Amino acid sequence: MAVILELAVQGAQMALVLLLAPLLTGFVRKVKARLLRRQGPSLIQPYRDLLRLMRKEVVLADNASWLFRVTPYLIFATTWVGAALIPTFAAGLTFSWTADLIAIVALLGSARFFLALAGMDVGTSFGGIGSSREVMIASLAEPAMLLIVFSLALVAGATQLSTVAAFMGSPEVGLRVSLGMSLIALVMVAIAENARIPVDNPSTHLELTMVHEAMVLEYSGRHLAMIEFAAFLKLLLYVSLISCVFLPWGLASAGAGLESLAPGVVAYVGKLAVCGVLLAVFETAIAKMRVFRVPDFLGAALMLALLGTLLLFVSRSL
Amino acid sequence: MISGAAVLLWGVAALLGTAVLAIAESRRSDSGTRLIYGLTLGISAAVLMVLASRIADNPVTPSTVVLPLGLPWIGAHFRLDALSTFFLIVVNFGGSMASLYGLGYGRHESAPHRVLPFFPAFLAGMNLVVVADDAFTFLLSWEFMSLASWALVMAHHREQDNARAGYIYLVMASFGTLALLLAFGLLAGSDGTYTFDAMRAADPTPFAAAFVLVLMLLGAGSKAGLVPLHVWLPLAHPAAPSHVSALMSGVMTKVAVYGFIRVIFDLLGEPAWWSGVAVLFLGGLTAVLGILYALMEKDLKRLLAYSTIENIGVIFVSLGLALAFKANAMPSAAALALTAALFHVLNHSFFKSLLFFGAGAVLTATGERDMEKLGGLIHRMPFTSFAFLVGCVAISALPPFNGFVSEWLAFQAILQSPDLPQWGLKVMVPAVGGLLALSAALAAACFVKAFGITFLGRPRSAAVELAHEVDRYSLAAMFILAALCLLAGILPGLVIDGLSSVTLPLIGSRMPVQMAQPWLSIVPIAASRSSYNGLLVFLFIAFSASAAAYVIHRFASHALRRGPAWGCGFLDVVPSSQYTAVSFAQPIRRVFGTFVFRARETVEMPAPGETGPARLNVEMHDVIWETLYLPIGRALDFATDHLNHLQFLTIRRYLTLVFLFLIVLLLVLALWP
Repeated sequence: MAVILELAVQGAQMALVLLLAPLLTGFVRKVKARLLRRQGPSLIQPYRDLLRLMRKEVVLADNASWLFRVTPYLIFATTWVGAALIPTFAAGLTFSWTADLIAIVALLGSARFFLALAGMDVGTSFGGIGSSREVMIASLAEPAMLLIVFSLALVAGATQLSTVAAFMGSPEVGLRVSLGMSLIALVMVAIAENARIPVDNPSTHLELTMVHEAMVLEYSGRHLAMIEFAAFLKLLLYVSLISCVFLPWGLASAGAGLESLAPGVVAYVGKLAVCGVLLAVFETAIAKMRVFRVPDFLGAALMLALLGTLLLFVSRSL
Repeated sequence: MISGAAVLLWGVAALLGTAVLAIAESRRSDSGTRLIYGLTLGISAAVLMVLASRIADNPVTPSTVVLPLGLPWIGAHFRLDALSTFFLIVVNFGGSMASLYGLGYGRHESAPHRVLPFFPAFLAGMNLVVVADDAFTFLLSWEFMSLASWALVMAHHREQDNARAGYIYLVMASFGTLALLLAFGLLAGSDGTYTFDAMRAADPTPFAAAFVLVLMLLGAGSKAGLVPLHVWLPLAHPAAPSHVSALMSGVMTKVAVYGFIRVIFDLLGEPAWWSGVAVLFLGGLTAVLGILYALMEKDLKRLLAYSTIENIGVIFVSLGLALAFKANAMPSAAALALTAALFHVLNHSFFKSLLFFGAGAVLTATGERDMEKLGGLIHRMPFTSFAFLVGCVAISALPPFNGFVSEWLAFQAILQSPDLPQWGLKVMVPAVGGLLALSAALAAACFVKAFGITFLGRPRSAAVELAHEVDRYSLAAMFILAALCLLAGILPGLVIDGLSSVTLPLIGSRMPVQMAQPWLSIVPIAASRSSYNGLLVFLFIAFSASAAAYVIHRFASHALRRGPAWGCGFLDVVPSSQYTAVSFAQPIRRVFGTFVFRARETVEMPAPGETGPARLNVEMHDVIWETLYLPIGRALDFATDHLNHLQFLTIRRYLTLVFLFLIVLLLVLALWP
């Protein structure tokens, strides 16, 4: 009985991230529009977009291969698995030990690998430009992310997210310089990974300035729906990650009863909202930078993360 | 009951017999090719069976054989223990796969009499290095292995650049053996005991131990491809026929790693803590530089060879960690790091063989190694491209494949390192961790490029349009390796438990038993700290992907229309307008290349009104070659030019020189403390 219940909670988490992901993106868009004194699309517009895309026919380039058609499902699946493995409303779920934070980062790397390949499949210059820039951004963002993971792991003594979250919620954390650096670096990485301003513009229509959108230029219909959905999930994944590690309050602890799950869900939705507003404010306040300024931006994240890790090697209490 | 070592020596004898047979057989090219590769396949598979049954019984009991060969007062000693068993499995598995591949690939060989005799000899040499139990046998086998592989590199000696590759390889191999010779000389001490048993028992002074470490880094490192001794590797490995390239990259570099582990972990005794720093530094440098070179490359096989250098760096980083932990009496962490290194040895032998086989298949089908002339092969070679894709994902350290597991173990080992007491290590380890992460990310970029430019997009030359899928033997070898890449990734516990018998005698500790973990997870220390379950990750991805596909195909529109690609209103019909290998690497070249390669881009614009094309010139320098090797070459030239006079002296002057030299020698002896 207990096993079924645990599996049900795990299933609920998988369903929850799936349900909330488009809403989060819709929310960020709405807040951004309101900040610009526009009305903005409704909150459920992303769901409508997904449904509309699914109903449309796919226009496939003449020389697209099987890889091009399989990739959307692979990207969606890996991102979904990654998002579902991060503690959202409760820590220590049944399968939370399947992959630790390093593995989750690598899962996102798998998704990106296939997306970059799909960008090159048709053989247009736009796909190539997107893929080559994406791997350049990733080659800086991924090491920064892993160094952040190192810092967290050194502080909490684990790379297992449930353990990290539990530790961060306990009073022994205190204020640490290294964690502050990690937080800033993590936010920078999250912005780059999710193709947000100032690294990339999710709503641009000028192909030469795009990174993510240039890679998926050839996608349409249900394939595009899957890719869009994966992008929504990725944003949710990073917000969940930041809130689970740095705002661990309200997270139902491992083995807690069903009654503590409801406040966990409420707290989770609240955290999403706060992070969404912050993201929207940040994006409105800043301009997109040139592609070759991005290495500086990510280099700063890398250095911050490295500094945080080095501090922890010097003294465990910093 | 015949001992394991004896079985292995019979296997080596059979391989050498095959080599002799090949000299006679290679004239009859097609049936001879089949016979020789069939024989090597059979022999290495049989040896593999025997070894696999041995690694199963834990702990492995060493078996020894002494033959009355070699130096009369020592004889030739052979010993098969857990470490050599593991490496022999790598060697013979790689050998059997290369033979299987050769059954098909070898038929396209233009000069079989230059390949067939040396192929079994090369395999025999690698086997002998790993079982040798005295310095003399070890060095002799090492040279035999080097020369056999050199002969294979020179198989197509008339092709451009191959002669130069062979020459540089020969020079570097001799240099490496010289370093090994000196290292064994130091280990043997003044009484000259050349058996490994005596060296194990001897206790070298810290000074001698330091020298042995440096010499091993030079000797084994040059064979493995450690930066800056790697220069021969990207020239020589691609020059050989592809299945030999696979053996050289996937297996021979591992034999060099074996030599390093055997001497440093086994023979030398307790390491000093700074030896970890040196190995970590070289490993991190090798990993990042190797993959950056690979990213700049447009020749598919050279790209793979450079990526081998990166993987050797990853292995040496783990070995350096193991040394640091061992020196500080942290056996469980040392066992974790050494397991990560050995796991990566196995993984790299799988996916690098697979990738070289794939490159060989492309070469057979199109006659091209230059990626700028390839493209769109996924339509014409579907099976090869699938297997190659698996290799690319695995080597990029992406879950759920095997490359990720060994990198993950290395990261877990790095996270153990704040407990190290020395400051040098405390600062070095996180920096190397960052380098390791950087090289993993760059590897993914590199293999997106390798697969994307070669197999995706539109064909860039007429040869590609006529390409056909390769033969069944080659495909079988590639698919077996691809399956193993996945299997080792989703059942890493099996490999880790198998490696425990190797780490136990070297470190005195082992990783916890993994196969007993629930759901076959791997848990290096404790489940609350870190765990990874490749099987579940694989099943989750498979489940979610098929669920998504099912839902889409059940409820969403099925309509699909083929149309021309969207070029934003501009119809580009020329395949050369696609992204190329060089342009794909441009963003990364701009970020890292200005520093590492002194890369410069200049644009030549035609004057207004002229119809000539604008040109983008990219200038890059191989900084290591130019700052290290060219000056050495110039110094040698200078010295030989000036010493040339010595050839033309009169007899009186020669006698004076001899006399003066004698006096100098006597003076040195008199002044020596």
